[in-house]
Amino acid sequence: MSERKIRVLIAKPGLDGHDRGAKVVARALRDAGMEVIYTGLRQTPEMIAEAALQEDVDVVGLSILSGAHMALVPRVLDLLRAQGQENVKVFVGGIIPDEDIPRLLEMGVVGVYGPGTLTEQIIKDISAAVGELNQPAQH
Amino acid sequence: MSLVESVLQGNRLALARLLTQVENETQQGLEALNRLYPYTGKAHIVGVTGAPGTGKSSLVNQLIYALRHPPPGQKPLRVAVVAVDPSSPFSGGAILGDRVRMRDVAGDADVFIRSSASRGALGGVAASTANLVQVFDAAGFELIFIETVGAGQAEVDIAHLAHTVIVVEAPGLGDDIQAIKAGILEIADIIVLNKADRPMVDNAERALRMMIEMASRKPIPAAENSQSAFPWTPPILRTVATEGTGIPAVVEAIQNHRHYLQTSGEWERRERHRLQSELENLLRAALMKRLQAAISPEAYRRILSELVSRQLSPYQALEILLDGGKQ
Repeated sequence: MSERKIRVLIAKPGLDGHDRGAKVVARALRDAGMEVIYTGLRQTPEMIAEAALQEDVDVVGLSILSGAHMALVPRVLDLLRAQGQENVKVFVGGIIPDEDIPRLLEMGVVGVYGPGTLTEQIIKDISAAVGELNQPAQH
Repeated sequence: MSLVESVLQGNRLALARLLTQVENETQQGLEALNRLYPYTGKAHIVGVTGAPGTGKSSLVNQLIYALRHPPPGQKPLRVAVVAVDPSSPFSGGAILGDRVRMRDVAGDADVFIRSSASRGALGGVAASTANLVQVFDAAGFELIFIETVGAGQAEVDIAHLAHTVIVVEAPGLGDDIQAIKAGILEIADIIVLNKADRPMVDNAERALRMMIEMASRKPIPAAENSQSAFPWTPPILRTVATEGTGIPAVVEAIQNHRHYLQTSGEWERRERHRLQSELENLLRAALMKRLQAAISPEAYRRILSELVSRQLSPYQALEILLDGGKQ
């Protein structure tokens, strides 16, 4: 009853044409017992930050295929911090060149996932990142 | 400053966090509800229900936009939404996708949308829905939409939670026999026939109209203490929510229904009924918890085994359990 579910926002910032990868991840997280808020294509960083706030999520997963990640990701991170959600864990998935991954991690992103990532890996990393929340609530 | 005080002062992050506490029924959440209760009772609670894919979220998106941009001379209302989607019965997880359709109201500080998983409840809303609404009410939101899970025929809990129930239908979902069956259409105060640009819309409207005309409209749940001076006939309104067609008429119907409730005495009756039903739900959950605490897991397993091996009938098992599990 008074169970703490991990709440995840899966969002697609920018102008990507499809969201198959994001949906696969959303579905896998659902099957892992998480509550996944899905917002659909073509979101601005402002819309994503606002949804993260209203939904009080533990995790934001950004899926970006367009190559605009170095512009979009820091903007989302800044907005989350500005509204007091610096503790929200941000993950990035999509088409991210290898040389950008260290820079994203430096900015505060917790994990970056390219094509071929096993969903089990993402589930494991999210559970570990929000580990303290995942413990069963006192009854 | 406490979370409750921050919420009362309009802090949105505090509101979001309190909603989580309330949804998870933490001690902090329950204490906050007690402190917020005196501030509640002002909001107009509007339920939106209907089969999956009829366009509930798109309709709510358009209704919020219209309420935030009213005709000259009217005040824009502060609007909150509790959007419920189903939890998986297997993993307990959920995909909450109602926000996908509610993007026209992003960036408006007087709109707050919260997605919520049903977490095992079967009536179309979650056990926590009433409490989430209460928090929004106390936080000063004037109109609160509850969007149910995609509902079939019998998910009618929304009738106990809302002042006004909108049932969203779409062409091609069933014949006139579906329309006269008991259940979801009976609880409608407003019927919206969405996707009205589709073929068969005339047939769908005819079936719904016939249903309304045949219904000897009774206030729910019982007629005896109704003080209604004049009855309310649910209007059937055509919309195309994705394009915004027909939305002003739905907004007007919501306002008309509120006026009807307030002038007929029906508002007080529904408030009373709503709070009674909420209390009974709490009571049921608390009694269940107390019963579970009173019976040892071993005794419970033993009784269950005897039930399976046909040594006890379900009613005999019930007697024993109510007796504290002693045989």
